[in-house]
Amino acid sequence: MKNFAFHRPKSAAEAVAALKRCPDGKFLAGGQSLLPVLKLGMAEPSDLISLSAIRELADIRRDGDRLIVGALATHDEVHRSPVVKQTIPGLAALAGGIGDAQVRNRGTLGGSIAHADPAADYPAAVLALGATVQTDRRRIGGDDFFRGLFETALERDELVQAVHFPIPERCAYAKFGSPASKYALVGVMVARFAGGVRVAVTGAGPKAFRLPTLESALAGNFSPAALTGVAIPAQGLRSDMEASADYRAHLIGVMARRAVAAAAA
Amino acid sequence: MSNQGVGAAIPRKEDRRFLLGKGQYTDDIRLPDQLYAHIVRSPYAHARIAAVRKSKAQAAPGVVAIFTGADLAADQVGGLPCGWGITNKDGSPMVEPPHPALASDRARHVGDPVALVVAETKAQAKDAAAELEIEYEPLPAVAHLADAVAAGAPQVWEQARGNVCFDWHLGDQAACDAAFAKANKVVEIELTNNRLIPNAMEPRCAIGHYDAANDHYTLYTTSQNPHVIRLLMSAFTLKVPEHKLRVVAPDVGGGFGSKIYHYAEELLVMWASRKLGQPVKWTAERSESFMSDAHGRDHVTKAQLALDKEGRFLGLRVQTLANLGAYLSTFAPAVPTYLYATLLSGPYHLPAIYAEVKAIFTHTVPVDAYRGAGRPEASYLVERLVDKAARETGIDKVEIRRRNFIPPEKFPYQTAVALQYDIGNYQATLDLALKAIDYRGFEKRKAESAGRGKLRGIGISTYIEACGIAPSAVVGSLGARAALYEAATVRVHPTGGVTVMTGSHSHGQGHETTFAQLVVERLGIPLDSVEIVHGDTDKIPFGMGTYGSRSIAVGGSAIVRALDKVVAKGKKIAAHLLEASEADVEFKDGKFVVVGTDRAKAFAEVAFAAYVPHNYPHETLEPGLEESAFYDPKNFTFPAGCHVVEVEVDPETGVTRVVDVAVADDVGRVINPLLVEGQIHGGLAQGIGQALYEQCVYEKDGQLLSGSMMSYCLPRASDLPNFKVGNHVTPCTHNPLGVKGVGEVGAIGVPPAVINAVLDALAPLGVKDITMPATPEKVWSAIQAAKRQRA
Amino acid sequence: MFKVTLQVNHKAHTAEVEPRTLLVELLRDQLRLTGTHVGCDTSQCGACVVLVGGKSVKSCTMLALEADGTEVVTVEGLAQGDKLHPVQTAFHEHHGLQCGFCTPGILMSAVDLLARTNRPTEHDVREWLDGNLCRCTGYHNIVKAVLSAADKMRGGKS
Repeated sequence: MKNFAFHRPKSAAEAVAALKRCPDGKFLAGGQSLLPVLKLGMAEPSDLISLSAIRELADIRRDGDRLIVGALATHDEVHRSPVVKQTIPGLAALAGGIGDAQVRNRGTLGGSIAHADPAADYPAAVLALGATVQTDRRRIGGDDFFRGLFETALERDELVQAVHFPIPERCAYAKFGSPASKYALVGVMVARFAGGVRVAVTGAGPKAFRLPTLESALAGNFSPAALTGVAIPAQGLRSDMEASADYRAHLIGVMARRAVAAAAA
Repeated sequence: MSNQGVGAAIPRKEDRRFLLGKGQYTDDIRLPDQLYAHIVRSPYAHARIAAVRKSKAQAAPGVVAIFTGADLAADQVGGLPCGWGITNKDGSPMVEPPHPALASDRARHVGDPVALVVAETKAQAKDAAAELEIEYEPLPAVAHLADAVAAGAPQVWEQARGNVCFDWHLGDQAACDAAFAKANKVVEIELTNNRLIPNAMEPRCAIGHYDAANDHYTLYTTSQNPHVIRLLMSAFTLKVPEHKLRVVAPDVGGGFGSKIYHYAEELLVMWASRKLGQPVKWTAERSESFMSDAHGRDHVTKAQLALDKEGRFLGLRVQTLANLGAYLSTFAPAVPTYLYATLLSGPYHLPAIYAEVKAIFTHTVPVDAYRGAGRPEASYLVERLVDKAARETGIDKVEIRRRNFIPPEKFPYQTAVALQYDIGNYQATLDLALKAIDYRGFEKRKAESAGRGKLRGIGISTYIEACGIAPSAVVGSLGARAALYEAATVRVHPTGGVTVMTGSHSHGQGHETTFAQLVVERLGIPLDSVEIVHGDTDKIPFGMGTYGSRSIAVGGSAIVRALDKVVAKGKKIAAHLLEASEADVEFKDGKFVVVGTDRAKAFAEVAFAAYVPHNYPHETLEPGLEESAFYDPKNFTFPAGCHVVEVEVDPETGVTRVVDVAVADDVGRVINPLLVEGQIHGGLAQGIGQALYEQCVYEKDGQLLSGSMMSYCLPRASDLPNFKVGNHVTPCTHNPLGVKGVGEVGAIGVPPAVINAVLDALAPLGVKDITMPATPEKVWSAIQAAKRQRA
Repeated sequence: MFKVTLQVNHKAHTAEVEPRTLLVELLRDQLRLTGTHVGCDTSQCGACVVLVGGKSVKSCTMLALEADGTEVVTVEGLAQGDKLHPVQTAFHEHHGLQCGFCTPGILMSAVDLLARTNRPTEHDVREWLDGNLCRCTGYHNIVKAVLSAADKMRGGKS
């Protein structure tokens, strides 16, 4: 790993100011995505702005019809949080299935979505729940947040502070993980709200995406049966040594049905 | 003392240091003034190395030296030798290309070492390596067997036309032709034995230390056989006499074959230490392990089995292509030949066998022995073929095996492929395994699975292997350039404690306990009075090391022979002390007793007399009590058994889960059941890994796609079930312990059982074949293809 | 160079590290606590697992500087004097280790699990160990050992 300068600011404001001063710098949250990337030499930032001394961003709370999860809440904290379990149990379950125990002990919600790995689990939740990403300077709608492969709507020095998840009536995430890496080959989150159903897929494309065909199929009948016969086109899906686009397309259907079954149960 | 002797399931003596974090692995060693090496490796599968420009890297902070192949050549450093020669069908020798420690004109696989950067710290060495300018001219490359043998394929070596290293055969072709001529039924199969990357958890590491004052060299290395490395370094690579060379393999974190070989890095750190006058250390990063540790398997095979009308086997023909990679690793040629084709009879009476093996060079990492080495390839072929024969003849898969087993009364049994099995009882292990899995209850379980939308299948494998490798005279006649005995020294101390120096090497097997149990059994002293020393050529007289499940059968036997000598000498001393005739003294329960009397001397008293010989038969006996033995076995040993696997396939996703495994193995007499079971568990996990999860993937152009644990799937705890392990003992007839060996049985026996189970599960859908690893997508695709075919 | 101050195995340490120094490098190379191992470079194998603030983490995927002010426990800190931790004892009794290389990481991971639940099922243990690879044991005896340790630690009979 190439060397870099290291900063550990005490507040979010200081962190943003610090990154503003380093054009090739990066924020470091739990490091579970970033450090492996640096170790493999796939990125060489000049500075790392550690967020570990910032206590204000790890809070998890309910605010009316929303669940607000601080950017620095670890996957393990989200998984075990009584508030999350009570409000959006599907999100707690999703967090409990990310990586492995040690990744969950360090990895954070903010780090995960800012990194925007196309096979990460959280992006499915951000889209399916119609979440809003609160940054140091604005709110970004979930649907606008993921832009492409490892690409988000965040400005270079913009810091994710929290994610606001609308609380659905029901939701569940079904994941088909890579046997080797545990990342999602296909992960599908379905969420039913009073106003409709949202379905989001991760792992299958260059970024997480919603599937309107499944959403409308489920709108009138929130049951696995409603998805029978709904075609998922393989076009545009990822194809790699672990899964072809055709197989991913098929798995989207299976995981969607399983997610609906779990949510409806 | 019998509760610590042979047969006692005692926990290991060596555990404590590992549990406390006090094990000492090579990378834990830090010598004063140690420098750090980083190896620059070819990113291309095949390229001309046009130029290496050192200046920029040389100027990087902390850099001490940068070496290339030219520097090695200037010093007349030898290339890495191959320890086994194969003779072609036509009597000519195999093609044996050079194998320099650093490639100088051409790189021949991704990961081929090209330069060595030595710096003050590990990070500096790596940083500087990134600054080294190497000009490559990429050349066409070939990675897959089918491509390598195609007309016009890129050539790995000029001298190996068509990329053929050797074209070899075994068996009686005419007899085989005759058998097929009278067959009622011929069953054919085509198989791939998937390429694997061993992945011992400890990455390789080597520290070279040249002591100029004494003109003496020490190598600390992650090796399964330090004496073999010393021998090869002395005779071929470093060219330093053995008495000036010490090789230490301290605690080693798993081997599975991958740490048998003499690797370039071992030579490089030793040579660099001599050049620089300081110790030089190299530790592999895991990504380097993927592209530099010898890989395993990689066969493509066609085979035909001839049967009579009762389903009895008449003959077997086999044509195999074996991928050797770009260079010949230390024992590579032996693996697809004498460790493979000799096992093609399985546990069956198979009167005629003819096997042809073409070994092929490709632009990939060298392939050599990996847990099982040749024998998993043989058992996979035979057991898949037998299952296919059962399906095609309509004979039950258990029955067809029973019908063709070599019956217990037919031993010793001479196979059609050179081996003579000394003993076995294949019915017994089959019966045990079927009982353990409740074979009769399978249909009920299958129905229960079906109720949950899952397809359940059961698969059987009745395998045999040859281990305890092996008689020197035999392996020598087959092309081995080394001998395969084992050595041991038993040193009895004046106060009665015992140190055993063994040439076997433990890298997880637990020799410090098992071998100590042999001493407890023979000398009647407590386990705590015994220390086993291994892994240091300065401490141990000689040794050939640990591989091919040979430690207990060959190394253990050497210890027993040395113990016999200790007892024999002890009797002489005791006879003198007891004023009895030597013939009247027997050694029993730790005491030398005058038969029929109560006159006795304890073992410790005799030991004391040997070292304080005030009252001693000096005229006939030397003082001291220390004996050595070299044991060269008369034959291989032949563990065998039955592995039964149940899987559940999710037809929606293609995911296969192993839900039950029951095995019954005959590994000969068991010294420590706890450790033997542990060995079987580990082998099963690796075998299930091969069948369902593990696959080394090369692009057609030789880029390694499965280059990390992110893409090469090692089985995890959540992928595996508990294992039901049983055994049935037929003691080996030709070694003093009656032992056979256990390290590889899991990896050899279970892969065909898993695949047979998957095919059993999928049979109702019309799926007839699946390749290893049976990944979810492959299973799903096979189901879709079968559906289309039926539609 | 930066200064990092932390507790390791209940002892205060101060060390000078580069920003890129990983926690595992600090432990192994500077504090010479070589019981924590490095088995991969992609955060998969778990041979480097230690406890930071009581939670198991991969010390190869954490900067040493990020451990400033924390309490770290490595495998060397598990036993109390000569007395093995119940998890260590269980691994010994059930032959839960072979080559020993993955063992420290698995022990630390198991300690974290047992701090969360004193009655894990076999399924819980297998799932929890997703972050630890072992190539020797096939996990059978590791799982058995963790379950047995759980029994012992809650005073039940195994």
